[in-house]
Amino acid sequence: MALLQIHEPGETPAPHEGDDNVAVGIDLGTTNSVIAVSIDGKTQVLRDEDGQALVPSVVAYAPDGSPIVGGLAKSLIAMRPDSVVSSIKRLMGRGIDDIKAVAGHLPFTVEPAEEGGSSMVRLNVSGYKLTPVEISGHILAALKERAEGVLDREVTRAVITVPAYFDDAARTATKDAARLAGIEVLRLVNEPTAAALAYGLDKEAEGLYAVYDLGGGTFDISLLRMEKGVFQVLATGGDAALGGDDFDHAIAEHFLKDWTGETPGAGAVKQAIATARQVKEDLSETERGTWALELGGEQQSFTLDRTAFEGLIAPLVARTLRICEDVLDDADIAPDAVKGVVLVGGSTRVPLVRRKVAELFGREPLADIDPDEVVAVGAALQAEALTVGSDTLLLDVTPLSLGIETMGGLTEKIIHRNTPIPVAKAQEFTTYQDGQTAMAVHVVQGEREMVDQNRSLARFILRGIPPMTAGAARIRVTYAVDADGLLTVSAREEATGTEQSIEVKPSYGLSEAEMSQMLFDSMKHAKDDMMRRLIAEARVEAGRAVGAVKAAIEVDGDLLDDGERAGIAALLAAAEAAIAGDDRDAINEAVEKLEEGTRLFAEKRMDRGIRAALRGVEVDRLDKAAHENDGQPRDFGHAPRSAEAGD
Amino acid sequence: MTAGEPFCPSCKAVQPPGQADHFQRLGVARTFDIDAAALEKAYFRMQRLLHPDRFATRTAKEKTLSQQQATSLNDAYETLKDPLERAAYLARLMGLNVLKEGCNALTDPVILMEAMEMREALAEAESADEVGDVTKRAQGEIANCESELSEAFAAKDMDRAAVLITRLKYLRKLADETRFRRAELRGKA
Repeated sequence: MALLQIHEPGETPAPHEGDDNVAVGIDLGTTNSVIAVSIDGKTQVLRDEDGQALVPSVVAYAPDGSPIVGGLAKSLIAMRPDSVVSSIKRLMGRGIDDIKAVAGHLPFTVEPAEEGGSSMVRLNVSGYKLTPVEISGHILAALKERAEGVLDREVTRAVITVPAYFDDAARTATKDAARLAGIEVLRLVNEPTAAALAYGLDKEAEGLYAVYDLGGGTFDISLLRMEKGVFQVLATGGDAALGGDDFDHAIAEHFLKDWTGETPGAGAVKQAIATARQVKEDLSETERGTWALELGGEQQSFTLDRTAFEGLIAPLVARTLRICEDVLDDADIAPDAVKGVVLVGGSTRVPLVRRKVAELFGREPLADIDPDEVVAVGAALQAEALTVGSDTLLLDVTPLSLGIETMGGLTEKIIHRNTPIPVAKAQEFTTYQDGQTAMAVHVVQGEREMVDQNRSLARFILRGIPPMTAGAARIRVTYAVDADGLLTVSAREEATGTEQSIEVKPSYGLSEAEMSQMLFDSMKHAKDDMMRRLIAEARVEAGRAVGAVKAAIEVDGDLLDDGERAGIAALLAAAEAAIAGDDRDAINEAVEKLEEGTRLFAEKRMDRGIRAALRGVEVDRLDKAAHENDGQPRDFGHAPRSAEAGD
Repeated sequence: MTAGEPFCPSCKAVQPPGQADHFQRLGVARTFDIDAAALEKAYFRMQRLLHPDRFATRTAKEKTLSQQQATSLNDAYETLKDPLERAAYLARLMGLNVLKEGCNALTDPVILMEAMEMREALAEAESADEVGDVTKRAQGEIANCESELSEAFAAKDMDRAAVLITRLKYLRKLADETRFRRAELRGKA
């Protein structure tokens, strides 16, 4: 009989501890998110069944409040704009005042802060009040689920990347979102640092590297220095409102500028932007092309070549280069001192961007790794390094200066931007009234002189100061920023050594009470939520199938005889009845039957489609009709795809 | 230097940072003439041992201690790496009362003249190139000032060191302003 081994609780050595609980790397992006894992130095981007790595950072909320994340949610934006949230990253750690500027573009009403709660933004989505932390938490939960599905093991620890410019509130919000999703954050890593790690620059020759990150809506440039296996972020800069989406807008404006007919509606503009996006992608591969766009009920065609395209986006690219120069100057570094430039973000696929970056730095940029996946790959490597151990060390800097409000609403900087972290700085205050026992402190982050132009991080009140004459008390307040860039504040009265009680009220964070309530709710409802979500997803899929069949009948109904028509109508009715119910299996079954029952119809349509295509006409009309009916790209049956970007 | 010993000699557990001065903490000699490369090497070596990333999966207490250690290392390195900060810190260690924040008043007439003259040159510069000339001049003077500081510290001439620290402070400020001005002119171009 084997001897019993006794261990302290929690210290039981699991035989495959490292295997059973791997740590993953997550790039939680504004537009898309990616999750990857590194095992024994081999990285793997975790993809869905279709090989897609990108999970659109879009969450749709079903009427019962259950979240749907990713491509499916994205496809619902047009149909149900009031219940689909995208680009939530822009609101992380933001207060009501911050988002007034963008609120007009949000299809949601923003809820005022609740009595006794923090002033964190709440969006009213399908009747539910949701914070950006919860919405991001739903995205992270979906990523976690994908990882667990692919790896077939529990995933509870992760390295999550954040933009280098993220302030304390946004970093805290990201960590809170992870907590809600049941993920322990080993470390928040700056996106550019992760990108450099992905290229193994930590193992390369020592020197300076630049990371040029042009995403859909944001631009970042970072200078890193690698020396003796230590990575240091020397300086960062960027523009939170400059990205590939602006390229799309420039092209769309070009298309619409000569249009003299009635003002295009929101739908037409959206269509123009979608076409512009296609133009951008096509012209990054080919020299010229012709694209069709419907304006004022007519099909218009637009021709553009790469030179003209580059002319349209040149001012935008120039803006990114100007920022690069400023950051280089700020760090007192000449462009040719940079040993390598890493490209991140889908927009760096545009040849003009690559050329201009190469010109500025006098060398070809590194672009072997998919620019959409490179950050997640680096995060995965860092996750492995933190759990298994590594020779590389990341030394980050504070992205923004940290200061406090002084007389007259001015900012006094305490920790300057680009200071290596962790860092702690102390400051002494005194009282200005006899017998004063409390003092209010307002902490802000940013580079501006006036407090109200910077971001408010926290307000707190120092209490319990022993009553003394004015100016006699010496209160030492210490601001500590940890390796994740998160701030904590502590204080003591030096003259008497009295301990101070500090009340820190996060300006835009969640209070601990709100956080624990959310955690409690999510645990309590975890199983229900899961079921609700599965049902909601099934409903959406089924709704799409029903819509597509109806659209097809509208266009090609003449291919059916009365018997077939009645049969399909019965299947449609059955599917709609199932959608109205709560039985996920019944819904899926009804959809399967519907697809089965319409296969012949689909084949007939395909024949017609091919004939039409051979005649070179009508396909667009057919497809347009389908679009109008379901508001979706048609994916029912096997009809030929329309030539949206043909030439 | 047991006070700054980062790990317990017997059980190898990480310790609180203790009261060591910046030179002791990084294990370099207490002098103004620091070899930047050697200083950096020492800093990196210590950070590799003590940075919180090395303790990501350890107990909360070890994480806290490693953060305190890494914070102290950053403080020491940031102070010693920069000639001006290093001079002011060393002068304080040697008993000189150097104001940590703000500027000691410019009282030396020679320095005062120089400061006014260079400011005038900057105000009159109208192109990025002209500003660049002022930058170069300021940088040259910064280098001179630093080598004079080295001599002053070696001779323990603290009065001279105090004057030079003030001079270095304003030269650095001027160099910063020229950089800002250059960026401004480039923005206009």
